[in-house]
Amino acid sequence: MKQPLIEIKNLSAGINGKQILKGINLTVRPGEVHAIMGPNGSGKSTLGYVLAGRKGYDVTGGSVTYDGKDLIELSPEDRAREGLFLAFQYPVEIPGVNNTYFLRAAYNEQRKHRGQEEVDAVDFLAIVKEKMKLLELPEGMLKRSVNEGFSGGEKKRNEIFQMAVLDPKLAVLDETDSGLDIDALRIVAEGVNKLKRPDNAAIVITHYQRLLNYIVPDFVHVLWNGQIIKSGGKDLALELEEKGYDWLIGKNGK
Amino acid sequence: MTTTKSKPAGESTVHLAAAEAFANSATGPEWLRTLRRNGVTHFTELGFPTTKLEDWIYCNVAPITKLAFKPAAIADANVTAKQLAPFAFPGWTGSRLVFVNGHFSPALSLLPASQKGVTITNLAAALASGDKVAESQLAHHASVDGSGFSALSTAFIADGAFIALAPNAVAAEPIHLLFVSVPGDAANTAQPRNLIVAGTNSSAKIVEHYVSLGGAAHFTNAVTEIAVGEGANIEHAKFQEENLEAFHIATVQVTLARDSRFLSHSISTGARLARHNINLVMTGQGVDCVMNGLYAAGGKQLVDHHTVADHAQPHCGSHEYYHGILGGSSRGVFNGKIFVRKDAQKTDAKQTSRNLLLTDTATVNSKPQLEILADDVKCTHGATVGQLNDEALFYCRTRGIAEVNARRLLTHAFASEIVNRITVEPVREHLEQVLWARLEELIEKK
Repeated sequence: MKQPLIEIKNLSAGINGKQILKGINLTVRPGEVHAIMGPNGSGKSTLGYVLAGRKGYDVTGGSVTYDGKDLIELSPEDRAREGLFLAFQYPVEIPGVNNTYFLRAAYNEQRKHRGQEEVDAVDFLAIVKEKMKLLELPEGMLKRSVNEGFSGGEKKRNEIFQMAVLDPKLAVLDETDSGLDIDALRIVAEGVNKLKRPDNAAIVITHYQRLLNYIVPDFVHVLWNGQIIKSGGKDLALELEEKGYDWLIGKNGK
Repeated sequence: MTTTKSKPAGESTVHLAAAEAFANSATGPEWLRTLRRNGVTHFTELGFPTTKLEDWIYCNVAPITKLAFKPAAIADANVTAKQLAPFAFPGWTGSRLVFVNGHFSPALSLLPASQKGVTITNLAAALASGDKVAESQLAHHASVDGSGFSALSTAFIADGAFIALAPNAVAAEPIHLLFVSVPGDAANTAQPRNLIVAGTNSSAKIVEHYVSLGGAAHFTNAVTEIAVGEGANIEHAKFQEENLEAFHIATVQVTLARDSRFLSHSISTGARLARHNINLVMTGQGVDCVMNGLYAAGGKQLVDHHTVADHAQPHCGSHEYYHGILGGSSRGVFNGKIFVRKDAQKTDAKQTSRNLLLTDTATVNSKPQLEILADDVKCTHGATVGQLNDEALFYCRTRGIAEVNARRLLTHAFASEIVNRITVEPVREHLEQVLWARLEELIEKK
């Protein structure tokens, strides 16, 4: 069995003293896709933010070992440079910053971190054009400001486009399917599938089973009230689709 | 608050004497001499504004009155083209009119190839040749008695830029008006008076650019009048990058006829004290105008914008976007007036003022002032003052960009939002270079 890429042990975390994650255990190995499902308010997005290192999300217990390092000790930028990528549920608009410029700045910071040479604008454009085909993005999007005036679908595609360029070891996709019509969902999911390799992994946070028709997970976990209350294979997602969450929540008696 | 006399006659005695001497001795046709004397009369009454006046409450001009008043009589002949190199726009192919201490310098200027219906010259030449447009329009837009400064400007009318577009004329290239102040023993005050008259359906892009040579204190008192004819389309960018000891007081007064378009930009990075009045008066229906502004200040700089969008007629739109970036102990002032007159139904007026404070000691006073007398109108305004958006900072960091660089990126972006609205690329490039350098200073010094 491969060494874990990320090992979350008994992780507790909260915002402003309010406990949201109450002892999460999760191990993800290279080549795996894990889906985290759960009703609204169960702590799914909090998990994503805690992993990415958002200010105000305080870890109160447990540990997260990422690629052999203590993840919690790393700044958000160092986590990214070590190959962790969070695709936002609500990607942030940055008016005045050109999409390509932004992405090249990010790309080069990550290369510098790895002791690689920075890439100039011309070479970067070649990389970018290659990846754009993957997500069927119009070229005009490169010239626009980061996410500014993008439709919901364009924002999500832009997130996966960034992911394609930055090529993370571990991608955390937070509700990437929310707000997408079926065509956009298909494009985004196919993009994610094409990026899948034996040496990287993904945690797909989602509310709906439908995304998992396109991105087939190796494991499905149900998050409720800050804990994983059930784990299983891809069939668990179908079972949840059919029966909802109540039978599990009821079983846990909380 | 500084206590000032309501009428600081003592402090303006020197200025008054100089204005009288100039108005009495300067040559020109009778109408012009009358105009100058009229300026003197109003200056006698008004003196310099004090902070007791509502429009000057945050703008204490007392240091200007204390500065020796040495208005230039001619352009300084010692300025070389090489000295002006830093103020050239990269790859500029348009014309450039250079004014040294407010007076035209033919030697340093690049006049455009002559074009039918397009007059690009200096005001002194237009007046000397008895230009009828100059006579009929000069001082017909900006009021003589708007403040002591406009009265003083009128008393000293001598030179500046003069641009006249005949009906349907389209200026082939953008026009760069470079105002260079060279403070020295002979002169430290420039009072350029610019007049731009755009005929029906004409079009031009004009850049007013204010710079200093050397770091000594000087005073610029500029008035620009722009008459935009029916269906005409004018883009006017003003960029003030004078030295940090300078005092810059300027008015841009624009009259907009039916169906005209006007795009205004005011970018202000220089001067110890900069006061920009930008007044747009829509005198016909169907006018569409946009006012963009950006100020970046640090140290003890004061930069004050007073804008007016005066909707006198129905179906006009005015959109205003002002951004301020303030470091050190600087102060930014934004006062945006929107008047919607009784008959100006279907007015669409929008105003936003956003300010980024880089330090705890920087301050901003942002005040929208709306007077709406019509009932079927759409008027919105919004003002924000604060720091960089935390969510955007976090987003940058999750992509691997270090916090300090993310701050830099977002601060620059905040400026770019305004600069990007300028349609003349070489101007944008120059601005970006100057702004970037200035923002880096502000971020470093905090």
